[in-house]
This record gives sequence, structure tokens and C-alpha cells, in this order.
Amino acid sequence: MIAVVAETKDGVVRKASLEALAEAKRLAGEAGGSVAAILLGAAGAGEAARLAQHGADRVVHVEGAALSAYAPEAYAEAVKSAVAILKPDVLFFSATAQGKDLAPRVAARLRVGLAADCVGFAWENGALTAKRPIYAGKAFAKVAWNAARPMIASIRPNTFTPLAPDASRNAAIEPIALADVPVRARVTGHEKSAGETLDLTEANIIVSGGRAMQGPENFEILRKLCAVLGATLGASRAAVDAGWIDHSYQVGQTGKVVNPTLYFAVGISGAIQHIAGMSSSRTIVAINKDKDAPIFKMATYGVVGDLYQVVPALTAELARVLKD
Amino acid sequence: MNILVFVKQVPDTETRIQIQNGAVDTASVKWVANPYDEFAIEEALRIRERLGAGKVTVVSLGPDRVKDAIKYALSLGADEGVHVKGDGIALDDPLSVATVLAAAAKKVGFDLILAGKHAVDQDSGVTGVMLAELLDIPHVSVVVGLDIDAAAKRGTAKREIEGGVEIVSFELPAVVTAQKGLNEPRYASLKGIMAVKKKVVPEWTLADLGVDGASVAPAGAAIRTLEATLPPARAAGKILEGDPADTAKELVRLLREEAKVI
Repeated sequence: MIAVVAETKDGVVRKASLEALAEAKRLAGEAGGSVAAILLGAAGAGEAARLAQHGADRVVHVEGAALSAYAPEAYAEAVKSAVAILKPDVLFFSATAQGKDLAPRVAARLRVGLAADCVGFAWENGALTAKRPIYAGKAFAKVAWNAARPMIASIRPNTFTPLAPDASRNAAIEPIALADVPVRARVTGHEKSAGETLDLTEANIIVSGGRAMQGPENFEILRKLCAVLGATLGASRAAVDAGWIDHSYQVGQTGKVVNPTLYFAVGISGAIQHIAGMSSSRTIVAINKDKDAPIFKMATYGVVGDLYQVVPALTAELARVLKD
Repeated sequence: MNILVFVKQVPDTETRIQIQNGAVDTASVKWVANPYDEFAIEEALRIRERLGAGKVTVVSLGPDRVKDAIKYALSLGADEGVHVKGDGIALDDPLSVATVLAAAAKKVGFDLILAGKHAVDQDSGVTGVMLAELLDIPHVSVVVGLDIDAAAKRGTAKREIEGGVEIVSFELPAVVTAQKGLNEPRYASLKGIMAVKKKVVPEWTLADLGVDGASVAPAGAAIRTLEATLPPARAAGKILEGDPADTAKELVRLLREEAKVI
């Protein structure tokens, strides 16, 4: 059996968990096993059914006062209690901010192996292997687990596609009441970052600016392009280190590793540490006035030109075309 | 307050990765302290300076070359350094590494443990959290803001999540992993660099730590790397030049009709 820890946001299961469920379903199908989902804390009434429609054969729902806000120790204990019932061979997390924080707690508590931020899985002679980027995607490692179970992996968001919901599927919901867990670290509040609606790691389209932006004010022309495309703004380390934009926008080996469908590198020369963070983007557009810039070697489409002319022209053309 | 900082030595981020016999070839690599560990070192020094008391101990696990990373931390102002010898340890298995680090932490003693949120070589980002679990203490990962109340033995951290930060209240001792933005690391001073020469960095083996070698050996590791490969090369792209309005039109057409991404 493969179990998937379903992460919720405001009581709704996140897309990344449905992606993990889809890969679990594929792998379980090949091995002749089943899929379970583990739902933690308060969740909307239809969420368990939604997990079933997206591939879960069983849904275990762990509830308790300790799960009211994210607390790694309580959430780890909740996952452990579900694992004790399900006895899965494989346990998936999503490599979201919460999944990355929780999976290692659980793995260490169970004394089992964890392959983090995986982008592919295969059965090889009956044994599971995982593919995961290392060096921010400059290379990939194929890893395997020892005999301890479950084998734990976290899965990079945007890697797999959720299954189309099958309304005929349903699963029995198995409730577990979590006893009170002493918690020594607890989330007590949130602050939203100003402006951006979607995190870089979840974004479908990203527009990043580099050294050629020359200053914080010029990012406005990229924001206009983002607005037309529904894209998320990013930046190179050069722009961040110059103090033009906050580090949370940085794409690269010491920033976010992203894999959008479409990536615009604007005025970015293509330092190896930047390329590492965006090389798995499906389509890459580079806009740079230096035709010898290394970024053009990565680009699906390269535009050689002055970004201050090209980007406004591109924004205008997209606004015209996408209006229809 | 005893602050323990774990530092990993990694290839510089400008390194072009080469594969040799299914493994990353590190023969001609320039080794540096993991960039995120620099934020951890800096934060430890700032807490010590703010409190006007305390000790910062830097520990690194690995082959003899990691002494350079320890010396670098000492030159920045860390008080003591310890080199834990990596021989016979599954260094690409986070659980094995966390097991050894937990034993080292117990031997050094700590009120607060700091480390980078992840190392830029293996990119796992799990060792710090595993370490907290093995030591049975709380953790906060991916921290961009930290406030330690030494008297109350508590802390408050800002932890980066999708589209914002979480505020986390926690008890000490704890493990905190550092994200870029936590602080601006200092440069080593000449005085700091000179002071390193007088410092002795002890070497600890698994026997010194009381860790059973078999429990952290590659043979039984919880995960193991079977092979490393390079990503597939990208096909050569199309280059557009000329009038900005024309190239913009052509680019939009290609994105819609050829790539079908918008």
C-alpha cells in the first residue's frame, strides 16, 4: 500500500497532494496494491470524498485539538498513528513548506529513510527507486531505500498531474482521535508577503529579472508583463544581492528551484547557479541584448534585444492577443 | 548560552557538475561552507553578541578538508570548532548523518542548535529536522527572522512558507534552520583570521561519540544513491532578432502555436 499525507489549506486539500495521489495510484497499480490518504486536522466536509475521487481507496482522518494549528511534533504523531493502522510500504508527502518540514520529523521518528523533493519513481525488480534533483538540478540522483518500512518520499509540486476526479469513486473514512500531544513549537500567526499572489514554487508562469534591470523601479515593467500573463515575478541572485528586490523572489541554487510551464529570463545572463534553479522549466524565453549570453543556450526562444523595448512590446502584444 | 552550529562543506555554487562512473566527480571542485550555513553562523554570533555572553561551537562532519570550513567559521568569530571524522559513515543518507550529529551535539552540549535550511549539494533539507527529532527537541525550519529570549528559554521565529511567513513560538533547546534573509553574514576580520592559527580543532571519531559504526555505515543506510546522471541536454532554441514589435509578435505566435503554453 502507498499512503499519501494530504495537506490542507483552510480545510481544502492542496493540489500538490492530489498530484502525489496520482503518482501513488500509478505506482500502486503497477505493483497491484492500493492507495490510502491521510488527512490531518480540520478539513471541509467534501475533502475525504475528493481524495477518493482523485485516487484514494481508503481515507484515514486524524483529528485532535493538537492539530488546530501546524505543529511539527503533533502532526508527526498524527502521521505515526495513521501509519500504525495502514502499515503502508510507501509514504508520500508533498515537498511544500509544510511537507518539507513534517516529512523528516516523521522519518526520524519511525527511523526510516526519506528521499526528499523527488521528481520520479519506478519499480525496478520489485524495489522502488526515486529520482531527485541534486545541486539544484545540475544533476539527478537515483536513490533506493533499505528494508525498513515505510519508504518515505516527498514529491516536488508541479511534477505530476492530478487524476481527473471520478465521481463514482468513494472511500470509507476511518477517523482516528489523536490524544493530546505535548507541543514545544507551534505556529501562532501568519504574515502574507506583499503583492504576489502565488509562490514561485507553485507558479505556472514566471517572469524573472536580472542584473540588466538596473534598479528596483524597473521591475515595474516586469510586473506589467506578469499582470497580463497571470505570472509570478522572480529575480536572479544579482538583482537580489544588489538590493533591488527581496530574497524571497530569488530563483537559483541559493534561492527557489522552480519548474513552471513557461519561464521568462529577462536581462539575466545565465550564471550557472541561476540556470540550476530554472532548468527544468518546460519552455524558456530569454530576453537579453548580449547575443552571447549563456542563457541563450538554455532558451527555447531567445530574443536578442533591449529589454526596455522588447518587454513593453511583448506586454502590449500579449494584452492584445489574450483579450480575445 | 551554548550555541552549536553545524556546517557542511559543499562545492561552490558556480561549480559545473561532472559525472564520473555514475557519481558526481568532486576531484577538481572548489569547496566552500554551505551558503545557508553562513546565515546560521552569523545568527549564532549575533545572538552571542546581543547576550554579551555564551559560546559558539562549530561542528562539521566529513573528510579532513572540512577543517577549512571550520576554520572559516572560527575566523568569523566562532569560539570553538570540532571535526567529526566521516570515515565509514553514509554521508548521503540524512538519517545516518543526523544520528552522528545528534551524538556530537550531546557531547558538546547546547541550548540552541543552528544549521542551514539545506545543503546545496544533496538538496535534501531534512538533516536539521531529523537531528531535532533524534534529540527529542523542537525545531523551526527555513527561518528568516529569529528572536531568542535566553532568560525565558523561549524563541520566536519567522519561517518562510508559500506566499508569506509563519510566526512560530518555541521552547529551547531547539534546532533552527536558516534561510537566506535571516541576516547579512559578515566577512572575516584580519584579527579573526590571525586568531584561528592559535585554535586547536579536535577530531572526534564514532568511537569518541559512542556511536555504533554499523548503525551509520553505507551498507545499512536508510537511503542510498544508486547513480547520479546529468539532466538531458536541451534542444537548440530559436533566436529572434530585429524590430522589437515584430519579434514580440513572433514570440507570442510561437508561444501560442508551437509551444502551446499560453
